[in-house]
Amino acid sequence: MVAALLAVPLIAAGPAPATVHIRNYAFVPVTLTVKAGTTVRFVNDDSDVHTATADDQSWDSGGLDTGNDFTHTFAKPGRVAYRCSLHPMMKATIVVTK
Amino acid sequence: MKRASFLEHVGWTGTGIVFTAGALGTFATGASAMAAGTLSFVQISDSHIGFDKPANGDVAATLERAVDAVNALPMQPAFVIHTGDISHLSKPAEFDTAKQILGKLKAPLMTIPGEHDMIDRGASYTSAFSKASPAGHWYAWDQGGVHFIALLNVASEEMGKLGAEQLAWLKNDLASRSANTPIVVFAHVPLFALYPQWGWTTDDGAQAIAMLARFNAVTVLNGHIHQVVEHREGNIRFMTADSTAYPQPKAGEAAAPGPLKVPPDHLLATLGYRTVQYTGAPGPRITDAPLG
Repeated sequence: MVAALLAVPLIAAGPAPATVHIRNYAFVPVTLTVKAGTTVRFVNDDSDVHTATADDQSWDSGGLDTGNDFTHTFAKPGRVAYRCSLHPMMKATIVVTK
Repeated sequence: MKRASFLEHVGWTGTGIVFTAGALGTFATGASAMAAGTLSFVQISDSHIGFDKPANGDVAATLERAVDAVNALPMQPAFVIHTGDISHLSKPAEFDTAKQILGKLKAPLMTIPGEHDMIDRGASYTSAFSKASPAGHWYAWDQGGVHFIALLNVASEEMGKLGAEQLAWLKNDLASRSANTPIVVFAHVPLFALYPQWGWTTDDGAQAIAMLARFNAVTVLNGHIHQVVEHREGNIRFMTADSTAYPQPKAGEAAAPGPLKVPPDHLLATLGYRTVQYTGAPGPRITDAPLG
């Protein structure tokens, strides 16, 4: 019975995970709104290599080949602009709310 | 500028190109691979070593094919320049493979990076192709009566830009040169606005083009778009180059750029290398040769 209680996840109930897909040289969705503390997963569904790189360079996925992913946790509220460092026309934003 | 790194950069092939310091921090060469009054060189580009998708399952083999074709030329070029995207993911193993294949060239090799070579901010590229030098560098030299300029427009913080420091350097490099000096400019991404929607442009390229406009014969050679596109502005001739790895769609003819899968028996015809030959006329003769 103690075991059954312990089987309940002890992780604090945080925000639901969120995903950004990279398709046809674009981040989808181009603007994603998440609560502070959310971990966002960036998945490259494209046939070419891409990155997800903060405009201020504070985080960078490195090269994501087809099918690769990268996660980053957005701790502070605010607007975070990012892009693909290989294809600078691919710009997107994560809006982090309280 | 950055002279030591440039000397290291060309040094690894062990071939006989000899650079001596010239005016304005550029280089004059004592190499004599060509007859007097003529000069030829070869451009290869976009080899994407490490790419393993259906558009080309063996990019090492197609690069090797290009190297073999260049080595078989009846007159060896003064040098071969790789205009970037040597690797696909900037991985050390990819650069090792590329170095082994490119090391078979008989002619001296020079390189500039593409954005695929800068994913790790140029660390692996620098270690493979320009020992003990910063990843971001640009350089110029004089050879066979031609002034050569290698620009960098793929820095990870400034992809698709030259930046103020490089533009100031270029202005200084060109300042004292006669308008009759034939000029060749290399850069990975096209300098002019070929198709900005797909990133096929250099944001501040117009400033460089304005500096080149007073010269009588300027040739600007780029890679990046994996196909030959010619463009002219006054006396400036722009030519993008084929890839040795895979073709890309023509501008606007697909939802996005990227590797284009063609029938396997048609692939080699879409890949190529380029010979550029000065024979006395102010502008060079440019020949694009398919790999098959």
